[in-house]
Amino acid sequence: MTEPGRGEPESPTGHRPEAEDTDDGDRTDGPAPASVDAAMEAFGEGGLAGYSYAYLDEHTKREVRRTMLSAVAIPGHQVPYASRPMPLARGWGTGGIQASLSLLGPEDVFKVIDQGSDESVNAANIRRLAADTADVDTTTDTTEADVIQTRHRIPEEVLTDEQVLVLQVPITDPLRTVDPSDAANRRRHAHANYGKMWLRLYESVAQHGEIDIGARYPVMVAGRYLMDPSPIPRWDVPKLDDADALFLFAAGREARIYAVPPHTAVEPLAFEDRGFTVERFDDRPCDVCGSTDTYRTEVDTGDGEVRLVCNDVSFCRKRQQRPGLPTDHHLDDPADAGEGGESA
Amino acid sequence: MSLLEAEGITRVYGPGCERCRERTGDDAGTNQCPACGSVVACADVELSLAPGEVLGVVGESGSGKSSLASVLALAADGTEGVVDGELRYAGYDGYDGNLLAADYQTRHALRTAHIALVHQHIRDGLDMGFSGGGNVAETLLRAGWRSYEDVRERVRSLFEATEVPVARMDDPVATYSGGMQRRVQLARALATDPGVLVLDEPTTGLDASVQARVLDTVRRLQRERELSAVVVSHDLGVVRLLADRTLVMRHGRVIESGLTDRILEDPHHEYTQTLINSIV
Repeated sequence: MTEPGRGEPESPTGHRPEAEDTDDGDRTDGPAPASVDAAMEAFGEGGLAGYSYAYLDEHTKREVRRTMLSAVAIPGHQVPYASRPMPLARGWGTGGIQASLSLLGPEDVFKVIDQGSDESVNAANIRRLAADTADVDTTTDTTEADVIQTRHRIPEEVLTDEQVLVLQVPITDPLRTVDPSDAANRRRHAHANYGKMWLRLYESVAQHGEIDIGARYPVMVAGRYLMDPSPIPRWDVPKLDDADALFLFAAGREARIYAVPPHTAVEPLAFEDRGFTVERFDDRPCDVCGSTDTYRTEVDTGDGEVRLVCNDVSFCRKRQQRPGLPTDHHLDDPADAGEGGESA
Repeated sequence: MSLLEAEGITRVYGPGCERCRERTGDDAGTNQCPACGSVVACADVELSLAPGEVLGVVGESGSGKSSLASVLALAADGTEGVVDGELRYAGYDGYDGNLLAADYQTRHALRTAHIALVHQHIRDGLDMGFSGGGNVAETLLRAGWRSYEDVRERVRSLFEATEVPVARMDDPVATYSGGMQRRVQLARALATDPGVLVLDEPTTGLDASVQARVLDTVRRLQRERELSAVVVSHDLGVVRLLADRTLVMRHGRVIESGLTDRILEDPHHEYTQTLINSIV
């Protein structure tokens, strides 16, 4: 089934050949579906027929995979790729989707989180796109997933050497905060000249007494490239260092992919006498599961109460069932876990 | 043994042709080739700088002084145009070949710790978005200093040495006066104790009294630290105060060179004589 299947997705736009008219004003007179639901219904089962496996065509997937290999070969270096248009706006995870869909095979289990939540609209839609087009199983359990796409978080549960974490990246170059010129910044990366970023840290200590970078904390990867770890909180930065899993960073709008391969040194930029610190929660535990060793965020309930709850919802649920469950509970030999296991 | 040695330094902007060199220069009275229109900013410049020596370069506007300075200082824009010649620096163990043929990493390493440039235009040398102290700290941080307190201490002592009020070190450098900005640039250039300092018009745009104080500072630092420096200026007064030896440039060529005193007392070239007679 090729031709009919291909034609159908166009129908909701009113561009059916029989409805085509030179006069723009007549366009709405075509047989338009009554509602979105009706339009979705019109797709039927054949709606996705005619699309390639995992939505992207084979050339695109191959190119993305090749880019990933380059990125793994040069840890922390931003490798350009074509970045196709995707069925959602750039900046909404298009890079992450292209990376995930290029990696996924029918045997894989896929998990998507958006700021620690599996339930956000964007995460749910990305998960559904992968399930529909790549025929993968999806999960919300970090330990069961083969590929995890994430925005702004690294899951609390320690990732294993069988897992790949795909991070969505809005801004690829950490140096852009100190100089808007990409040409100059590329030269700086080539020279490993990160004086300007150090200067930024120096200035923030001089003005505020400590380094005032919240998310997007700049890190040195394998002692060579300065890298933007995407807007993960500082809490997650130590998890990148000497980890078992592969981290892929994909930016759709900027058309760049970079990577932190397993067991790579990732060092947050900091002075010897003004060190890197993670977020402080003043020993206030999660209001739901009681954890004190997870990243927590404040949630305004609307009735004047502000609750502090785990940001990683899936792990919070597990902790509610089994309080005190360690973050490396699923490993055969917890001591074998990389640095990421001791993030607390 | 000289610290910095240059031979046949030539820099041409434009397409260039075979006749560029013979049809430009002092005898031709122009630095623009009439055949192809290229500008020969400087040609066949030969100089050597001994440790602890200050070499002056004087000449009128457009005589190729700044072009020469940015080549000597391995500045980022020092590779624009066609640059030719030999430049050797004896103070760096990592590389002893022609610096003009060195790869960018060697150039970068040299620029960070060995050959410092004080730019003619303050905005080329300082980042106006940061504090004065930060601008000086950047050189140190680039050279690998990783202790905040050490950096602070060093910046403080450099501010004292260049006579910038230490109390203002965390203010944005854009709020400093012109003379202070010059001094901050000097402090920044001196931060890593470079082997050679290239000063491009160190006093332009300053009024006479501030000029005198900046020159005093440079002179004192040069004596105290036994700096080797190349001072480029259109102002014979600056060169007279600072330089041991002087080159006089015109139309991209060195027309006269010798001890500064000799040049001032007994100028040989007609142009040098005019230059000295025109000192107000």
